[in-house]
Amino acid sequence: MTESVVVDHVSKQFTLQNARTLKQRLVRRVEGQETNPKFVALDDVSFTVEQGEAIGLMGLNGSGKSTLLKLISGVLRPDSGSVLTRGRIAGLIEVTAGFHPQLSGRENIFLNAAILGMGETEVQGKFDEIVEFAGIGRLLDTPVGRYSSGMFARLGFSVAAAVDSDIFIIDEVLAVGDPPFKKKCIKRIKQVRDEGRTIVFVSHNTTQVKRLCTRAVVLEEGRLGFDGSVADAVHHLRYDDDTDEDGDGGEI
Amino acid sequence: MTAVADPVGDRDLGPLQPPGDTTGLFGVARRRYLLKLLVQKELKVRYQASLLGLAWSYLKPLVRFSMYFFVLGLVLDLRGEIPMFALHIFAAMIMVQFFTDTLNAGTKSVIKNKSLVRKMNVPREMFPVASLLVTTYHTGPQYLILIIACLFLGWSPDPDAFAAAVLGIAIMLTISLAVALAFSALNVSFRDFGNFVETIGMLVLWSAPMLYPWEFVAELLGPVGEQIYLANPVAMAVLLNQRAFWVPTVDPDDVTYMPDHLLVHGVVMLVVCVGLVAVAQWIFSRHERAFAEKL
Ligand SMILES: Nc1ncnc2c1ncn2[C@@H]1O[C@H](COP(=O)(O)OP(=O)(O)OP(=O)(O)O)[C@@H](O)[C@H]1O
Ligand SMILES: [Mg+2]
Repeated sequence: MTESVVVDHVSKQFTLQNARTLKQRLVRRVEGQETNPKFVALDDVSFTVEQGEAIGLMGLNGSGKSTLLKLISGVLRPDSGSVLTRGRIAGLIEVTAGFHPQLSGRENIFLNAAILGMGETEVQGKFDEIVEFAGIGRLLDTPVGRYSSGMFARLGFSVAAAVDSDIFIIDEVLAVGDPPFKKKCIKRIKQVRDEGRTIVFVSHNTTQVKRLCTRAVVLEEGRLGFDGSVADAVHHLRYDDDTDEDGDGGEI
Repeated sequence: MTAVADPVGDRDLGPLQPPGDTTGLFGVARRRYLLKLLVQKELKVRYQASLLGLAWSYLKPLVRFSMYFFVLGLVLDLRGEIPMFALHIFAAMIMVQFFTDTLNAGTKSVIKNKSLVRKMNVPREMFPVASLLVTTYHTGPQYLILIIACLFLGWSPDPDAFAAAVLGIAIMLTISLAVALAFSALNVSFRDFGNFVETIGMLVLWSAPMLYPWEFVAELLGPVGEQIYLANPVAMAVLLNQRAFWVPTVDPDDVTYMPDHLLVHGVVMLVVCVGLVAVAQWIFSRHERAFAEKL
């Protein structure tokens, strides 16, 4: 087995108010005030994902899951510690990520695919597959700004899933899709998993995580709260107190 | 990161690496397809749902040119002072406009693309570079008009004129790149950076011999002031462009003033500008680490 993602003592802080005017900065510096209040989003998190492993990343709202995914995908850099990955990464970090509202679905597919690292011929070869999967054929030449949020998610997922990545990361996309699309996505993610690609899957939906992942990592206020089997993770999170508490667990 | 088409098998995935592309401008050069799409996107978005579309990019310079020509040439009668006054302005205006357009669009480029920056795994230098290319795309036809006008007016270029043209363009591209890179990053960190940029844009308009001849500068500033004036890359690019197109078109009997050793100055300036690109890349890289969380 080879390591695919190595998260090593990673911490990430956010300054709560970032952009400031030059004057504000100068005034603060002259007055010797503490420059910026900080917020610790991730605190000394370490774990390793092997190549081909599918892990679920769980935790309450604001526990740092999306932040961690952004660190793994290279969008954010850790303040301390290190994140190392092997191979090509693709996935969906935010549902609407990377789409330009004024461009059509078609143009966005090309742009998004290029951002995810596909070349021109590669996108052209996969274009039909992407459109077919997203099921947006009718809206292909409509600006995506007019899409519903579910449509956005469909398109985003379809492009990301078409990339031959070695690491596939997914954050909450399935939450907005309708049941038939969710079913399709789960099938696709399983396929990705069976191809031996690494998956990092963020979800609040215990059923989905149970189906797709063999291991779960739980974040609690930015710290690693649990790392082990999915069933134990669910228990740890007390998500199993009422099996259908999230109102979604029963579905797909 | 190279594209590999087959699904993961036993293939070698390479070493463990920090994710994210930090190769800067070199990375941009490697991902030309994405760059092309970003430029197309920019052009499309800018002119979508606009009345005249792309025609704006020719109309605006035309109006500006006419205004300079009539106010300064006819009302203030600079036409008597400067032979081929229209060409004097036009050769300069292309350069000044190129700089201010890149300055404005480049500075906003990262902020404008924040939805991409938040998820991008590609060099963010893409955005200022794309603005530079969009401006280049708009400036190309203006150059063509300049050349055609010169041919009609009796352009008889010497070898130095060609050298000056190439140097002028090279200086303009490098200084614009440097400014777009550095300012796009600073604009993310400082909210009021836009005001600063506006001011620069205005200064640039008057800091190059476009609306007045070089002769005035030389008389007014003296030998030391002259050197300071020539330290401005935009002024240098303007002078080189005038040396390339205006000087060889003016009747040899009319006097055209140019700084001494213009080409030597130009070469030195180009070297400085390449250095500035390196500095700008350094500034960009420092600020880039925090882009995703600040936007
Ligand atoms: N750019 C930012 N600037 C400041 N604070 C941020 C930034 N991004 C995230 N945070 C904060 O970091 C914390 C963790 O956020 P994150 O998005 O990682 O949570 P999450 O686990 O994905 O939550 P959810 O389940 O709601 O998606 C939150 O408190 C959030 O407010
Ligand atoms: Mg989240």
